[in-house]
Amino acid sequence: MNFDKQYYNIGFLDQLSYKDTFVHKLDPRAKIITTSLFFFTVISFSKYEVASLLPFFLYPVLLMTIGEIPFMLIFRKVILVSPFAVFIGIFNPLLDSGQVFIFQGLAISVGWLSFFSILIRFTLTVSTTLLLIATTSFPGVCHGLRQLGLPSLFVSQLSFLYRYIFVLMEETMRIVRARNMRSYGERGKDMRILVRIAGMLFIRTVERAERIYSAMLSRGFQGDMPSLKRYRIKMADVVFTVSILTFLYVFRLYPVTRILGGFIQGVFS
Amino acid sequence: MSHHIVEFKNVSFRYPNKTEALRDISFRITHGESVGIIGANGAGKSTLLMHLNGYLMPTSGTVNIGNLYLGRQTRQEIRKKVGIVFQNPDEQLFMPTVYEDVAFGPLNLGMDEAMVRERVRSALDLVGCLDLQHKSPHHLSNGQKSSVAIASVMAMEPDILAMDEPAANLDPRSRRLLINLLRTFEHSKVIASHDLDLILDVCQRCIVIREGNVAADGPAFDILTNKELLEENHLELPLSLQRG
Repeated sequence: MNFDKQYYNIGFLDQLSYKDTFVHKLDPRAKIITTSLFFFTVISFSKYEVASLLPFFLYPVLLMTIGEIPFMLIFRKVILVSPFAVFIGIFNPLLDSGQVFIFQGLAISVGWLSFFSILIRFTLTVSTTLLLIATTSFPGVCHGLRQLGLPSLFVSQLSFLYRYIFVLMEETMRIVRARNMRSYGERGKDMRILVRIAGMLFIRTVERAERIYSAMLSRGFQGDMPSLKRYRIKMADVVFTVSILTFLYVFRLYPVTRILGGFIQGVFS
Repeated sequence: MSHHIVEFKNVSFRYPNKTEALRDISFRITHGESVGIIGANGAGKSTLLMHLNGYLMPTSGTVNIGNLYLGRQTRQEIRKKVGIVFQNPDEQLFMPTVYEDVAFGPLNLGMDEAMVRERVRSALDLVGCLDLQHKSPHHLSNGQKSSVAIASVMAMEPDILAMDEPAANLDPRSRRLLINLLRTFEHSKVIASHDLDLILDVCQRCIVIREGNVAADGPAFDILTNKELLEENHLELPLSLQRG
């Protein structure tokens, strides 16, 4: 049943994009540009940086709050893919064994810093990507990319991928269900059967692709995906982009956390 | 107007795996006729439909559509005349949203934006799916998908409409709506289906296909009341005629 659950989950992310908030109404291009610059900024920090990365959580939190996206949904998906990031960084504390003092007398391996840095970057980038899709919808993102000048071939591949991933999953679901119904809990031959199911899916996919192509041809497809221009840059888009860019710029170039820390210490001393 | 004709002359078609799907088949459909294509599973109905827009080319014989002989050069022109609704709506709806999908054909015909919008609106309105326009196809029910698939072909305003099992996924009410819709479509129609009641309601003429050839061709009522002929072809009398 796990498979079914995951399937409906993916669809849910898409349904969030039907909402009508400030973030949803922004031009996809504005969101794509700010999100990709956000990535660059986050990645550009040195590998031991932890404190300076934390303010960047403001951006996803902002998107989430204004876009009314449930926190748990994004959080769960981030956890789901987190093993990748964890395995990349898990050995850093052992391999990178230089010492660093964080409090008087308390020393840890530098590797821990780079490990946490990886985790934070991972959380920042993945949650922002998910939020981009949840507030823009995948087709919206594709449109934006096309309007930003990405070749039509790439964009159409991307939108086909998204369109047919659901069909493919449904097909897999049907085959797996049919198998479960007639296997009566016997799991001995699982592996061999799974391989055959994969082969079956592949053949069906090829045949389906052919039929899709014929449907495209019969509606006049001649090699270029046509698209309607739907979006116009509004004032809100410009304001959004400029303010996010300023935010990124300031937090990248000035150690805001340290300045803020010094200021608070100054107040209390 | 006599130019919306469909004429098959001694058409044979063999798939690359040597299956002979059409054998020396000949018939002629004139403008404004609505023709039901019926026959057993594997008789060649779908293969025949694929010839209507040149997705498949006859191995021998000629196909004449609107006074154009089907060939590699004329295919694109012919595709503008013939709209085909395929059996599986998931394969028909390949764009990410309903709106874009219906707009796909008109945009390929090179229309300007205002015209495209108008076409999309009226096509979706025709099948009663206007409020679905911004949805993704995977959020639709099968019946909705079928309706949108029909809209996507109607938006091109084809001269000849061909459909493969149009009512297969529809609930009775949607099926009834489809039948009413088909009746209002004035141009030539070719409908391949096992739903003999639908054929009886929509088509004046009926062609029975057996093993890639015409087994019978005549007024729909005559053929669909011929119990013997139907049973020879793995079919039954339409349900509406069984009661009486």
